[in-house]
Amino acid sequence: MASLNLLLSVCFCYVILLFLVAFVADRLAARGRSTWLRSPLIYTLSLSIYCTAWTFYGAVGYAARSGLEFVTIYLGPTLVMIGWWWGLRKLVRIGRSHRVTSIADLLSSRYGKSNTLAIGVTILAVIGVTPYISLQLQSITLSFSIFADADPGSDDRVGATVIWVAAGLAVFAILFGTRNLDANERHHGVVMAIAIEAVVKLVALLAVGVFVVWQVSGGVAATMARIDASEIGQWQVDGGRWASITFLAAAAFVCLPRMFQVMVVENDDERHLRTAAWAFPLYLLLMSLFVVPIAAIGLELMPTGANPDLFVLTIPLSQGREGLAMLSFLGGFSSATSMVIVAAMALSTMVSNQIVMPIWLSSQTQQASQSGDVRKIVLLSRRVSIGAIMLLGVAYYEMSGGGAALASIGLISFAGIAQILPALVGGLFWRGATRLGAIAGLSVGFGIWMFSLLLPGLGSGLLPQHVMEQGLFGIAALRPHALFSITGMDPIEHCVLWSLTLNTLAFFIVSVASFPNPVERLQGAQFVNVFEHSAGPRGWTGSVAQSEDLMVMTQRILGTQDARDLFQREAALQGEYGHLPEPTPEFLERLERQLAGSVGAATAHAMIGQIVGGSSVSVQDLLAVADESAQMLEYSSQLEVQSEELSRTARKLREANEKLTQISLQKDTFLSQVSHELRTPMTSIRAFSEILRDASDLDEADKRKYATIIHDEALRLTRLLNDLLDLSVLESGQVSLNMRPGNVKDVLDHSIVSALAGADGSLDVIRDEDSERIPLYSDLDRLAQVFINLITNALKYCDAEQPDLRIMARTEENTVIVDMVDNGSGIPAEAQAMVFEKFARVSAEKAGGAGLGLAICREIMQRLGGDVVYLPGEAGAGFRVTLPTKGENAG
Amino acid sequence: MSERRGGETPRGPTLFLERQSYRRRRLSEVARLMPIFGAGLFMVPLLWPVGDESEQVQTSSAILYLFGVWGGLILAIALFGLVTRSWAQSDQREID
Amino acid sequence: MSRRVLLIEDEPNIIEAIRFLLTRDGWDVNTHSDGTNAVEVVQEAKPDLVILDMMLPGRSGMDILRDLREIVELAGLPVLMLTARGQSRDRDMAEKAGVSRFMTKPFSNTEVLTAVRDLVAQASRS
Repeated sequence: MASLNLLLSVCFCYVILLFLVAFVADRLAARGRSTWLRSPLIYTLSLSIYCTAWTFYGAVGYAARSGLEFVTIYLGPTLVMIGWWWGLRKLVRIGRSHRVTSIADLLSSRYGKSNTLAIGVTILAVIGVTPYISLQLQSITLSFSIFADADPGSDDRVGATVIWVAAGLAVFAILFGTRNLDANERHHGVVMAIAIEAVVKLVALLAVGVFVVWQVSGGVAATMARIDASEIGQWQVDGGRWASITFLAAAAFVCLPRMFQVMVVENDDERHLRTAAWAFPLYLLLMSLFVVPIAAIGLELMPTGANPDLFVLTIPLSQGREGLAMLSFLGGFSSATSMVIVAAMALSTMVSNQIVMPIWLSSQTQQASQSGDVRKIVLLSRRVSIGAIMLLGVAYYEMSGGGAALASIGLISFAGIAQILPALVGGLFWRGATRLGAIAGLSVGFGIWMFSLLLPGLGSGLLPQHVMEQGLFGIAALRPHALFSITGMDPIEHCVLWSLTLNTLAFFIVSVASFPNPVERLQGAQFVNVFEHSAGPRGWTGSVAQSEDLMVMTQRILGTQDARDLFQREAALQGEYGHLPEPTPEFLERLERQLAGSVGAATAHAMIGQIVGGSSVSVQDLLAVADESAQMLEYSSQLEVQSEELSRTARKLREANEKLTQISLQKDTFLSQVSHELRTPMTSIRAFSEILRDASDLDEADKRKYATIIHDEALRLTRLLNDLLDLSVLESGQVSLNMRPGNVKDVLDHSIVSALAGADGSLDVIRDEDSERIPLYSDLDRLAQVFINLITNALKYCDAEQPDLRIMARTEENTVIVDMVDNGSGIPAEAQAMVFEKFARVSAEKAGGAGLGLAICREIMQRLGGDVVYLPGEAGAGFRVTLPTKGENAG
Repeated sequence: MSERRGGETPRGPTLFLERQSYRRRRLSEVARLMPIFGAGLFMVPLLWPVGDESEQVQTSSAILYLFGVWGGLILAIALFGLVTRSWAQSDQREID
Repeated sequence: MSRRVLLIEDEPNIIEAIRFLLTRDGWDVNTHSDGTNAVEVVQEAKPDLVILDMMLPGRSGMDILRDLREIVELAGLPVLMLTARGQSRDRDMAEKAGVSRFMTKPFSNTEVLTAVRDLVAQASRS
């Protein structure tokens, strides 16, 4: 007899193998060598989590009790797979293009990101699936106990099995199901492990079947004869159950969270469906092939009262085939574990995304300053959710006592999950389906299912006996198993009929009566017309609101540049230069306003509201809306861009034209000014020279006077020409500077002497020679030219009775500052801006200058790296000369 | 399974020859009908007599019928998959 | 018959030259060198001819000319305009504004003298 210890070690090794497979597969996928991991075959095998321990053990038990009816559980999915071209293909395409993470996410996304709906579906799924998880745990415990009973050396360790199994599965699901979030929601390791398990359970069941048919029974014909002779030898199937269970299985196949996980979320390539369409029905066929023979032979061989649910184990054991029994045990173990792992993963994703994250995010709004890595929170919440779901499963198992009550839970669970079907199918194929309709349908279906199937099915205590017999509130029409007083129906059939009919009716009527909001209509159009909208496979993203995601979404709506500017501004406001801003409420509020400008207030609110108000935060969906909005905006924005470009070009042309006009005007003005300045002295020269030539009667004094005028005007001409040349050289930048070290005081000394020499006026120069001892490195001659010009100006234009000029020099951060202020009336404010322009003269009574002096001064100072400016607010006319000292070291 | 068959994969449905397009539409309709057809066949046992011992259908016959239909459907859908293999790249606008 | 010329010019040396020329020819020369009140000065002095510089401090000769031509009692007053800018556009504008003769600096003394004589003779004939 196989010892329990041997079984435990085999089991342990098998688990280790699964861990290894999952680990290696994850590694390979991470290295990008996952092509064969993602073959259609693996995809098909992963779908086999549909076949749980309920199938592996329960199908035989089912067949032993009800004959061929068990096969309906597989006919339903077969029909769904056969109709893949117009059903599953659409579901998978939508799942891919909208990056949904779960069935709750899909419905929420379809119905305008409805949070209520997502929470409802999640709760429904948890209530529907948790007992099912208990069922798997029970099957493992039961199969253990078979070996324990057969092993005299065993003690009562079996009692704790459930806890250990649940803990192990939780660890597996956490390790391989919540490892990463970012790239996609797919888990290569888990999928690979369940593919292996799929093979194990198929091989195990086939092996037992082959053994029974050819070893025990003696061939096909003999088996057939024995079947016909057995208790289940005649067609004894209830028609209503046959049809409704087939339908139920088909519905559950699509709606079960774990099936959605492997079929849609983990789907790598839509075309895998093509293979799965025939391969998965074939798998189901093979799984069911030997069920009736095993049941019939079991009924014949095993003692009456033996649990038919365990025939798969007990027949080989009774025949002394311990190896086969061991394989069979592993098959059952595989069925149970793969289902539990995927179901826990799928449920945890739903709980985390639809319930925990929204709550966490809305709590964030109250503590605005608190921020953190949302991804870590999501991972943590998923891990905790997995643990919680496992605990719930164990608790349910303990509560129900692991008895026969659990056996019926499979179909009850199916019926509950099937309530999602109307909203799902309606959402995929009918644009008129609305959120309110979906909520109404789900609520009605859920309520009827609870009342008519779940609560009565869970056994005594949950529904009082009087309710069962006399109906709710004593109303006979509200008896759980005889709604509307229609009696005599099978409970399952009864529940399916009423719940799904009324569910669909409520869904339809409320949908027609209500009006969808903009996001809903957008999503509805995208879902129903997914084949027009989605060009092909898209990348998958995580499901967490992050600033990057917000950024991406904003970019799609506002455009890259504007979005980047906005986010940079926000980051700066938060004091985080160069980073993305944290999604604080203030930021989100501003972001919403910004987006509202582009997509309208309602949509923007819906999009941002997902995060602030709390919801699934499936940013993928937001992105999808953003895409759609972008499409809608595309045409108008294209036009906008075009007209913007045109006006930009026009503006540039206008600017260029203005510039040219201005340059030409400046040139004209300059030329006419030069002309004027040249012609004026020439006029005097010509006039007086003609007078001297023509008038012979002039006295000597007049002659000398006129000759002096001619001479002066000639000098003026020369000066003007010199200035012009100087200016043109300075302006063209071709001036060569004679840089040398010196001292401000020396330059000033020289300048004052030069300026005052031979001047007719008098000017008092007030200096502080000590402060002038500033070393500098510059073109000293040019600097002197500037000083001379300024001093000469003071000499010419200072209108004080006792004209003086105060010179003050100092340094300030490597800059020499020389101020020259006279005591005259200064330059009128309106003329101050003009004094440095060419040919600008402030007063009418100018004296000999061409008006180029200050223009030249400014040119020189700018060449020397400094400047000369007018000093407003001084007593008289004041000029400030600044230039870099840069001499001390550079010399 | 996604390799193209040389020259049979046009860039878009509009480039299809009339004949091919026609065939594709009809095949699509067959694919749609397949689950309904299958459901019908699976529901045939409901017509079998229940209760009267002499007329009852033997379970072995029922097994043969059900698994026969099952296998037939699998073959049919596999065939459809084979025929439509080249559609994968250009089925965006195909009626669904 | 009076022979009075009003010279509106701001360049002292040019004033000196023209005054010398015209005085020797028997003209009575008054001078004025500010543009702002030039029109009032003309109205007051009632000269037989005005010599007007284009670029004056305060107000341009062109504006002064336009104002003069608006005044009815000065309708026949000959205006000789001098300019140092020498742009053909200025000549066009001056002719449009009703200038009697337009001369570019530097001018020949004989030219100015002839122009003054001719213009005053023409004005007195009409």
